Amino acid sequence: MPIKSYLAYPVPGHAETVTQALAAFEGCDVFPALNQDVLILVTDTPDEPAESWLEEQLALVPELQCLALVSGLNPELVQINPTLEHSC
Amino acid sequence: MLSRRELFKGMAMAAAAAAQQVFPGVLFATTAVPPSANGLSWKKAPCRFCGTGCGLLIGVDNGRAVAVKGDPASSVNRGLCCVKGYHSVMALYGKDRLTHALVRRNGQMVKVPMQEALDLVASKLKETIQQSGKDSVSIYGSGQWTIPDGYAASKLFKGGIGTNNVEANARLCMSSAVTGFMTSFGLDEPMGCYDDIDHADVFVLWGNNMAEMHPVLFSRMLERRVTNPNIKIIDLATRWTRTSMAADRSILFRPQSDLAVANAICHELIRNGWTNSAFIQNHVSFHEGKINIGYGTQDKFAFTDEAKSTSLAEFKKRLEEYTPEKVEQISGVPAKDIRYLASLYGDPAKKCVSFWCMGMNQHSRGTWIQNNVYNIHLLTGKISTPGNSPFSLTGQPSACGTVREVGTLTNRLPHGETTNEKDRQMAAEIWGVPVANIPVKPTYHTVEMFRALDRGDIKFMWIQVTNPMVTMPKLKRYRDGMKKDGRFVVVSDVYPTPTTDIADVILPSAFWIEREGIFGNSERRTQQWDQLVDPPGEAMSDTWQLIEVARRMGHGKLFPWSRETHVKEIWNEYRRFHHGPAHEMATYEALRSNPGVQWPCPNGKETKWRYHAKWDPAAKGKSWDFYGKPDRKAWIWFRPYEPAAESPDKEYPFWLNTGRVVEHWHTGSLTRRIPILHQAVPNGYVEVNPNDAKRMGIRNGDRVKLTSRRGALTLPAMIDGRGRPPEGMVFVPFFDESLLINELTLDAFCPISKQPDYKKCAVKVERA
Ligand code: SF4
Repeated sequence: MPIKSYLAYPVPGHAETVTQALAAFEGCDVFPALNQDVLILVTDTPDEPAESWLEEQLALVPELQCLALVSGLNPELVQINPTLEHSC
Repeated sequence: MLSRRELFKGMAMAAAAAAQQVFPGVLFATTAVPPSANGLSWKKAPCRFCGTGCGLLIGVDNGRAVAVKGDPASSVNRGLCCVKGYHSVMALYGKDRLTHALVRRNGQMVKVPMQEALDLVASKLKETIQQSGKDSVSIYGSGQWTIPDGYAASKLFKGGIGTNNVEANARLCMSSAVTGFMTSFGLDEPMGCYDDIDHADVFVLWGNNMAEMHPVLFSRMLERRVTNPNIKIIDLATRWTRTSMAADRSILFRPQSDLAVANAICHELIRNGWTNSAFIQNHVSFHEGKINIGYGTQDKFAFTDEAKSTSLAEFKKRLEEYTPEKVEQISGVPAKDIRYLASLYGDPAKKCVSFWCMGMNQHSRGTWIQNNVYNIHLLTGKISTPGNSPFSLTGQPSACGTVREVGTLTNRLPHGETTNEKDRQMAAEIWGVPVANIPVKPTYHTVEMFRALDRGDIKFMWIQVTNPMVTMPKLKRYRDGMKKDGRFVVVSDVYPTPTTDIADVILPSAFWIEREGIFGNSERRTQQWDQLVDPPGEAMSDTWQLIEVARRMGHGKLFPWSRETHVKEIWNEYRRFHHGPAHEMATYEALRSNPGVQWPCPNGKETKWRYHAKWDPAAKGKSWDFYGKPDRKAWIWFRPYEPAAESPDKEYPFWLNTGRVVEHWHTGSLTRRIPILHQAVPNGYVEVNPNDAKRMGIRNGDRVKLTSRRGALTLPAMIDGRGRPPEGMVFVPFFDESLLINELTLDAFCPISKQPDYKKCAVKVERA
């Protein structure tokens, strides 16, 4: 499964709570910003059901205002999103 | 040791950190991946995308580039990258890579062996020259050409074939910067360097959305402000952007009126006695040129400026028309804001950097606005010392290194101008050709070259590393021209594009780290890389394609090098053009062992600030020495405000402004093949001011039809997205090949630099 990274926006003033809540999930790494209430969340799940489960759980964290997907990297470099193709 | 999966987690995290940079002011702890990781070898290369020239380390595994991190040893980015840099290696592996040559037969593109395609290119070149003369063939390259590519092209066309029909897309992105430097200082390229960011107190960004176009430099600037809260960043622009969001002050001016705003700042500097009299007395001379100079919209437009010497008193008199109140009428910038800007530039205790890029370059008075901003720095003596820099940033990774320094423009040689006999003699001697081979007269600048192809004066064009069928202004005319009978178009590229669509021959190119190469960035830094992975199929570097064709045409003597060593040998030959303290280039060995080396680099020592004896060995005396000009002074030019070539009117009541987004590199032919970047901004759109949108009943995502005198385009609306144009303006990015905004733009250009103005034309806006 791809490794995904997100920008996570806690409800203002709740960065610490959100950091702890997210870090408690298996397969989640959290990196708080040094100066603002923004976090980077990196998820690494073994399969699709685990990924869906994790996404559902993330949605339930009350102090998490918004989660923006930034990247999905597959270690085998399989392209996970469609891209431009143009034929000659 | 890191596992492969952990390594990719590091990359994913870095991508998020990089994405966050575009919402300015946020700092994360280090995101670097440790240098040793399972099975990967890490090699240096400059980033393939913008002119910032970030140093990268590329992780290669089993012959495949799989990871990227910022090179901590690079003084440019100190380990940081933006989203494009982090994902750059993915551009190597798009599904539709060009791997074999294709030739048009009976209207169809047919796969042929590379050697057969090269034979055809050479024979077609020879046949066209025989039938129609050497000025009927041309080459059109790019600021993404490596230095060896551009050098081989110039040597073949100017030295071998004997035509000045050599141009590059950098004409569309930075030729006003060149003519600005040449007219004010007599030599091209910035006097300062990125270290200025670490010293300046005030940053004025002139029409420059650095948050998206130079995100790493923007981050460096924000980082300086975090640790020094008195630092001021002023965004002076025609549209509100992510840069405005992060700035201490966002000041909007009406399109084209930056000319008047700069003059008003000069007016206030003089009126308040905020000038540096000793500096002016010793290091500046005053000049004026022609006025009402036209816009070049008709074929064969010709213009030559004439410099007339004047004085400070005369300059002051001219500026009487530019009081802050009068300029408020022209520009919409409140007089108090103009005075505020003047007070920042005029404060002797503050070091000032002005940054600019396409806003000032793609301008029908592009040379003039550069002169006017230099004037501010020259009146205050805030130049050529750490933290005091008027700084023209470049868009492309080697617009400076290849196009400007190698001189791949119709009027240029690797050293100097074709019209200068000494420069021609130097080129003839180094190239080993008779001086008579090198033509004196420049032929066609880019717009005129495509017009010549349309007219039939040019019949053969070889296009390398660029996509003019997306980027030419007033596109329809030039596309129709290229498709006419009797034209032969060769395109070397890595992916199919709208330009390969109209080609007669497509040559597959080796991309970036699939070949050895050299770039030169915005701050005079030359950056070399080795070949790190193999190119796919029969793809071949643009340099070697040129050499193969040259040999087939009988110019093999000019290219005696082997495939293994030609890059180094080209560099060693090219370096001879720049020998001397004012432009000495580093040795190949020094380039190989460093992330980059700044020129001039006499005796192996880089020059960070030019024109000041403290840092620049070419400068005489104890302080400033503007040795590029015969009077050893920097030139202040009085340049007036003149309106744009086309302004909104009753029928076409909106300004159309075009530009870029951080995720996409130019026409998107590379970044739209990178899933994450493509997904982030999958298609073009039109930014509409919310009040205009409300008035016209346009909601986010609604289809909006734009019409200019040249064409029409329907695209989705974006309201209060990442940018907000003022009322009466719309903005469209140009990366989407299926939404070609250049169908609408105008081919007006600066008469001095010949660079088109992509920022200003008039359109009608309707809900579709
Ligand atoms: S700022 Fe420019 S050079 Fe640096 S990583 Fe981004 S695209 Fe590459």
